[in-house]
Amino acid sequence: MHDLTDEEQQLYDMVCEFADTVVAPQAYEADRTHELSMDVVAQMGELGLFGLPFPEEVGGQGGDYMALCLAIEALARVDQSVAITLEAGVGLGAMPIFRHGTDEQKAEFLPDLVAGRALAGFGLTEPEAGSDAGATRTTAVLDGDEWVVNGSKQFITNSGTPITSFVTVTAVTGERTRPDGSTAKELSTIIVPNGTPGFTVGPGYDKSGWRASDTHPLTFDDVRVPAANLLGERGRGFANFLQALDEGRIAIAALATGAAQGCLDEALAYAKTRNVFGVPIASHQYIAFTIAGMQARVHTARLAWHDAARRADAGLPFKKEAAIAKLVSSDAAMLNARDATQIFGGMGFMNETTVARHYRDSKILEIGEGTNEVQLMVIARELGLAA
Amino acid sequence: MKIIVLVKEVPDTWGERKLDLETGLADRAAGEVVLDEIGERALEVALAHADAHDGTEVVVMSMGPESAATTIRKGLAMGAASAVHIADPALAAADLGLTARTLAAAIRRSGFDLVITGNLSTDGSGGVIPAMLAELLGVPNATALSSVEIADGSVSGVRAVEGGTMRVNAPLPAVVSITEALPDARFPNFKGIMAAKKKPFETLGAADLDVEPEDLSVGWSIMTAVAEKPPRTAGTKITDDGDGGTRIAEFLIENRLV
Repeated sequence: MHDLTDEEQQLYDMVCEFADTVVAPQAYEADRTHELSMDVVAQMGELGLFGLPFPEEVGGQGGDYMALCLAIEALARVDQSVAITLEAGVGLGAMPIFRHGTDEQKAEFLPDLVAGRALAGFGLTEPEAGSDAGATRTTAVLDGDEWVVNGSKQFITNSGTPITSFVTVTAVTGERTRPDGSTAKELSTIIVPNGTPGFTVGPGYDKSGWRASDTHPLTFDDVRVPAANLLGERGRGFANFLQALDEGRIAIAALATGAAQGCLDEALAYAKTRNVFGVPIASHQYIAFTIAGMQARVHTARLAWHDAARRADAGLPFKKEAAIAKLVSSDAAMLNARDATQIFGGMGFMNETTVARHYRDSKILEIGEGTNEVQLMVIARELGLAA
Repeated sequence: MKIIVLVKEVPDTWGERKLDLETGLADRAAGEVVLDEIGERALEVALAHADAHDGTEVVVMSMGPESAATTIRKGLAMGAASAVHIADPALAAADLGLTARTLAAAIRRSGFDLVITGNLSTDGSGGVIPAMLAELLGVPNATALSSVEIADGSVSGVRAVEGGTMRVNAPLPAVVSITEALPDARFPNFKGIMAAKKKPFETLGAADLDVEPEDLSVGWSIMTAVAEKPPRTAGTKITDDGDGGTRIAEFLIENRLV
């Protein structure tokens, strides 16, 4: 892409090389066993990937959000589970601490998070609360100098790895009165270290995709943590989270673009070498046009997320662009996965092929980080429609 | 300690490689170009030593077209302190002798304690540059090392030979070449990529090195013909009529494969 600087292009190429040589060879086994490779995570840490968007003062690499998303896209070409581990590790683990943490919280948690030596989860989703974060039921009550947390969370990424050090939990900490006199829940975010008594990490889910990504349900039963574990201002939990959500959509769009690219690469290589009726299937116009369409989707998706990321890095509004990028790129991933598996024929139905994994993995891209229906809602509202 | 590592931009080893039948040169536009892996391993040897020994200066050096600068810069991103790039259209079709004379002049100009190279590039596959350099520089040469230890005044290593291994040792300054038995190179990180932008990158021409590309007083190798690799043929099929084993053995012996 011509909009990349030399350094950004080198970063993308470098992560592609890492993905092809280190990540790809373990992807099938990790997916089959539902096991995130901590060795891969450690190597990503040494490579500085978890520190990409953070300044060098806190141990980061001095890059920006664009740099992080380039790395996510490069990884997702071969393994979406590993890519989402990076996305969540940075966006949901380290970023909230970096943005809203006190000096003490930053000093305690950031060095290990940005180096990939530790991971952290962000506990927002509940059985009754997803994009509708206001429906949160988990509570935190201040008792002396401790928060007492009760409730449950689900689908929490990176919450149960051997190196997970804590989960940041959104919880109702009281009620606030709106200017019109009505009341609303006061939401705050609280850091709950793994291993705190009463905090249980449930068994990993049996997911149909992203199977090597570490995802668990969490329960909190009178979990007591110091009052100082409040992250950011009390009552600002929801507002802080919304910012993370908009950014997260760009990262998911980059991930989806990587998936769409991975499907294209696989389909192109296969169609050139697979012979049917004496000729490579790529020489059939239908296959050639299918692959051309896949390329067009990848390009469109990439343009969309690059623009959203550039806007975010420049401090410009990017809500609509992030939603559009997430919408078109997740469609691109899903459609390309479908085309690629079709081109692979019977082999595309075998889990050992990368395209079969992309087929299962890509569905969540239309669901997570706000469903695509939610993206349409966001775009419609940005257009002034009462959606 | 100053270590010069020779690196080279080559057509992607794993990609499709093409020869330009007009010039006999590799067609760089035919596919992706990469830093030759063996050169990356040589750089890793130097960087690993530098990591453990303060005061080690690692310089990457390359002779190649101007367009190779981006690839050479990867060496800086990996951790080399500076780069020297000899880029001169007059050197475009240089044979091994001219390449060695040019590199030797650049190495002498930079000053060095140790030169580390790969044993064989994946494109030209001449395999004689390290020995030629040592000869021209008047220093010892330890070739094809599968391990390298760098000490204050000497370099030693192991060379695998048929039926055994040799331990070799040379006083510095010296030239050593390494094999693929040495570890993969590190990946550059983003901090390294950003830092590479600010590192010294010197571009030299033949004239800067007092090298005369058309010097007819020295020996030259002249390419007299260039041809495309013949297409792969179907191979020999042996149907077993009871004597399959014998015929396979005969085939292997005939083609000197056993």
